[in-house]
Amino acid sequence: MSDTVVSERSGMTNIAVRKKTSAEAVRSSLKKRYAAEKRFKAYGVSALLFAFLMLLILFSTIIGNGYSAFVQTALRLDVTLDAATLDPEGTRKPETLGRADYGGLIKKTLRDMFPEVTSRQDKRKLYGLVSLLGATGNLRDLVLNDPSKVGQTVGVWVPASDDADMLIKGHISRDVPENARRVSNREIAWLDKLAAADRLETRFNTRFFTGGDSREPELAGIWGATVGSFLMLTVTLLLSFPLGVASAVYLEEFAPKNKWTQLVEVNINNLAAVPSIVFGLLGLAVLLNFFGMPRSAPLVGGIVLALMTLPTVIIAGRAALTSVPPSIREAALGVGASKVQTVFHHVLPLAMPGVMTGSIIGMARALGETAPLLMIGMVAFIVDIPRGFTDPATALPVQVFLWADSPERAFVEKTSAAIIVLLAFLVTMNALAVWLRQKFERRW
Amino acid sequence: MTIETTTHTAVSHGAVTEPSSATVKFLARDVNVFYADKQALFGVNLDVLRHQVTALIGPSGCGKSTFIRCLNRMNDIIPICRVTGTILLDENDIYDSNIDVVYLRARVGMVFQKPNPFPKSIFENIAYGPRIHGIAMQKTDLEEIVVTSLEKAGLFAEVKDRLYEPGTSLSGGQQQRLCIARAIAVEPEVILMDEPCSALDPIATAKIEELIDELRANYTIVIVTHNMQQAARVSQRTAFFHLGYLVECNATEQIFTNPEDKRTQDYITGRFG
Repeated sequence: MSDTVVSERSGMTNIAVRKKTSAEAVRSSLKKRYAAEKRFKAYGVSALLFAFLMLLILFSTIIGNGYSAFVQTALRLDVTLDAATLDPEGTRKPETLGRADYGGLIKKTLRDMFPEVTSRQDKRKLYGLVSLLGATGNLRDLVLNDPSKVGQTVGVWVPASDDADMLIKGHISRDVPENARRVSNREIAWLDKLAAADRLETRFNTRFFTGGDSREPELAGIWGATVGSFLMLTVTLLLSFPLGVASAVYLEEFAPKNKWTQLVEVNINNLAAVPSIVFGLLGLAVLLNFFGMPRSAPLVGGIVLALMTLPTVIIAGRAALTSVPPSIREAALGVGASKVQTVFHHVLPLAMPGVMTGSIIGMARALGETAPLLMIGMVAFIVDIPRGFTDPATALPVQVFLWADSPERAFVEKTSAAIIVLLAFLVTMNALAVWLRQKFERRW
Repeated sequence: MTIETTTHTAVSHGAVTEPSSATVKFLARDVNVFYADKQALFGVNLDVLRHQVTALIGPSGCGKSTFIRCLNRMNDIIPICRVTGTILLDENDIYDSNIDVVYLRARVGMVFQKPNPFPKSIFENIAYGPRIHGIAMQKTDLEEIVVTSLEKAGLFAEVKDRLYEPGTSLSGGQQQRLCIARAIAVEPEVILMDEPCSALDPIATAKIEELIDELRANYTIVIVTHNMQQAARVSQRTAFFHLGYLVECNATEQIFTNPEDKRTQDYITGRFG
């Protein structure tokens, strides 16, 4: 009896002692814990700052390089639309006017403006100030729109050549010794003279936003690639959204949970991790070689990208469906809705914001994808704006790739400008995803 | 409220009768439920009588919710759940292969533990059931059903000016009554209530209990509750579940005044659970 009392008492004192020490231990460890917390916060903030700095560098580089592509140097020429050259028979037929030698007129105009240039070599350099292809195009359009102008002298703004443009924009420095510079002193003198005569102007580069690709940097535009990307993404969306949502709904709501569905699940996750170029090879082998679909077509690109995005859409869709509380399903089943009614009247509408967010992010990934498109021929040089799903086309990221590969100095700014356009689309799509999520998010 | 007064209420309703085939709505015989390999209910035999409130009581995990979910086959949606035995609704086996589960659930409505209105308008919440069952398609007919259902659920006065506001904007008690109105709207024969008041405050609880008593005239009600006073207040018959077994099922007054089984006695006197 007395033994137990003793042991109880000693037990109590033990607890008391332990309490004291633990309180002390807590106090002494507090400082350490706060220090650890502070350290952790500091790591987080510094990581964030680092990421932000990198982003800032990236954006400033791209925008710094690319913004000058949105303006372009133009020259004003007073061209005499010589009737004898343009329309010797005087019929004013569009076919005749369309085929006339506008290049010759422009060259003649330049020769007349600079009568002191006589040698063949110098003349060629003089003609090189103007983008001949662009200038003839401008002049032809002018005449075809208004044939009555033939015989008159008109002032037209024509695009400067890429070298002249680069010099005016300051990308080619005048301080570099002449033998290391692409533009000679004489060309600079001609340009200065034109500038002094108010015949030189930098204006907004509409052609960049409305034109297709070109070998001449001053004529190259992003519109062809934009349309290509748009057509391609349309195909991707039309395929991957319904297929992805249907698969997600089936797997999440209807499929029995067994070995087979588990296998399917694992493989969907695997597919999401497959390098995109593999999908390109699949497109090449199956769609082009086996089914004989057209090369470089947005249709094929869209199918390939749809295959690539499908796993993302399915995974996002399933996550969205899982996040719908089971009480909603029970409520619907409880009033006697069938399984399909429950899913399509209640669960899927509630999951839609999540599904759409996932799909848009998948689409954004598809928009930025290059590798698979290289395999199916969308890397080709295509001047025409595609007008259908089977027309040869290229896409925005591929256009970036193509321009980055070109040797001309003027393509550097085009590349950056194309990246700006691509990023603008991506940011818009992601913003749309965020907006959709916030607008349709429901609480229960 | 004391047990004595409750007994009075039950008696004054004069509803306590011995089961016979004419008054039995649900007849459960030898019902076993398994979740995968784990057995949750062992050979339950229970009769639910027409136009009475049957309360299922018992400690947590005793299988009372599992049992009530067998009555409208809500357990079907749990893939690992398996039910054996027979449950007859008006002498038809509800687990028979030719019974349509959608039709069954239209006849046996359910109200859940947590109020779960659809995130749609109050009107849509109630009109949904009648619409999918084709009970009413016209807007005017639906309106009539919505109004009557809300009136029966004692909610109409509170929400009549905001029928097109989301059901989720109501208070917890109102949401639960909306769920009851939603269940009533399809005119079921039986309403199952799985702890309908456990998420509500005492005032909302009192309203729901009052409502249950009124609904008894037209519907057969089975209610699962943790709250023994509630069982005593609202029910005519009480079934006590323990560890997956139906220990005792009898008239409520008898369960609470003179239980046959020692476990029931211990539970209602608060010795365990």
